[in-house]
Amino acid sequence: MVRDITLGQFFPGKSLMHRLDPRAKLLLVLGIIVFIFVAGNFLGLAVIFSLVVFGMATSGISIGRYLKSLKVVLLVILITSLFNLFYGGGEPLVEWGFLKITMQGIRNCIFIAVRIITLVLASSVLTFTTSPTQLTDALERLLSPLKIFRIKVHEIAMMMTIALRFIPTLLEETDKIRNAQKARGADLESGGVFQRVKALIPILVPLFVSSFRRAYDLAMAMECRCYNGGKGRTKMKVLHFAARDIAAFAVTGCACAGVVLLRIFVTHPYL
Amino acid sequence: MRMEQPYILAENVTFSYEEEEMGPVSLVLDGVSLSVPKGQFLALLGHNGCGKSTLAKHCNALLLPTGGAVFVDGLDTREKDAVFAVRQRVGLVLQNPDNQLVASIVEEDVAFGPENLGVPPEEIRQRVDEALKTVEMYDYREHPPHRLSGGQKQRVAIAGILAMRPDCIVLDEPTAMLDPRGRQEVLDTILHLNREKGITVVLITHYMEEAALAGRVVVMDKGKIRFDGTPREVFSRVEEMKAHRLDVPAAAELAYLLRQKGMPLPNDILTEDECAAALMQLWEEGTA
Repeated sequence: MVRDITLGQFFPGKSLMHRLDPRAKLLLVLGIIVFIFVAGNFLGLAVIFSLVVFGMATSGISIGRYLKSLKVVLLVILITSLFNLFYGGGEPLVEWGFLKITMQGIRNCIFIAVRIITLVLASSVLTFTTSPTQLTDALERLLSPLKIFRIKVHEIAMMMTIALRFIPTLLEETDKIRNAQKARGADLESGGVFQRVKALIPILVPLFVSSFRRAYDLAMAMECRCYNGGKGRTKMKVLHFAARDIAAFAVTGCACAGVVLLRIFVTHPYL
Repeated sequence: MRMEQPYILAENVTFSYEEEEMGPVSLVLDGVSLSVPKGQFLALLGHNGCGKSTLAKHCNALLLPTGGAVFVDGLDTREKDAVFAVRQRVGLVLQNPDNQLVASIVEEDVAFGPENLGVPPEEIRQRVDEALKTVEMYDYREHPPHRLSGGQKQRVAIAGILAMRPDCIVLDEPTAMLDPRGRQEVLDTILHLNREKGITVVLITHYMEEAALAGRVVVMDKGKIRFDGTPREVFSRVEEMKAHRLDVPAAAELAYLLRQKGMPLPNDILTEDECAAALMQLWEEGTA
């Protein structure tokens, strides 16, 4: 179960998307996410969606992987769009008691679904093609101006690197503890909400204790490898902007401008 | 004969985890003197709590002696300015490979050490590739560590130390959490480093068969060094080893038990092959 998680997973490769500067990718995806919400109609959303699909195509990663990342949020998509189905003004097409479906409702339902799908796919392109270290490295570099406010940017980035590194390890351990407690007769599946939450305690306590032991070990291992904070550190993979990054900014910029124009000039209610 | 210049030199080291003011302190290390020449493969044995891990942490300035001194390549570990020079020279590999890896991609983890040392990027790349090839994990350089087996993870951890170009590697029970296959992989790597690359190795282990591969065996008990010699010398003292709650390799023990029953076997048998050969010889002499 644990191994199925594609969220935040990285697939190594040499595609155009892999070679983009992680800072550029991070900024572009943030921009795209903002403009997904700026897009007020299907035409605008279509522009952004095709941009994301273009990104997926140049990432060299199979469509199946992307669909898998959508599967994780399928429930969220369904619930959100269902709510919107019944929440729309205008003439009802179908009516059951207080529930009514209108043309506007159907439009909103599809619109929201496409919006979330685009959102998930855009962030998947980023995480699939950028290793966690590159991602935190990019964040460290982008946030480095904050150093003048005495914010410990390097430490924040280091904490993120370690957190991302230990998520799978701790998930695996949770599974192991859960099985160990089940073998001792712990009942984790029956009972009401309160009882189930209570049943989590014998899982969380050992997990907590063992994370402290891990943290102690890791700190020692980092010291053994001459870790001394961010001071005097170099990087194996040096980030530098290339022509392809500028091109990526230009393409995304045009798309975003298109979204704004479409929002202003297209006012059809169902579009 | 003049003694070779020792690479690691511990002089009458005492160490206690407790504060001095709290009355009589229990010493984890109680007057340990040890000199390790360059290129040696030393196995450090001892029962749990005998102080062997504490001694290992003294070798790269993770712990500083309460009394006495430790020198690495002539550097005093108590000198604050020498700490990073010492840690670059003597790498420490811990028991649990999961807890030693910092990054989510193998090659980026191996790069962590040289990055901390401020090595220029092109050279880091070179060192990382070289270290991964040495431990035979180059093909896995872009894998996330949690998809690797225990033995593979431990080899990546060793590569992470190797990328700092140390002269000496101290391994604190590196095979304790591994399955037999992973254990063999890690052991082969250690032997390769010592024999082909000339790296000084201090291996802490509970497996007597691993210790038998070393050039020198040091046995500790209650914070003191009890025996120091070649594996043959140390493992021939079966009764004394048992007195310190330690085992000897199975072949050595079998030979010992047979000697007790009056069979005239040599007392320096270490491996199964030697034991079998000695028994064969005895049998042939008997039938002749």
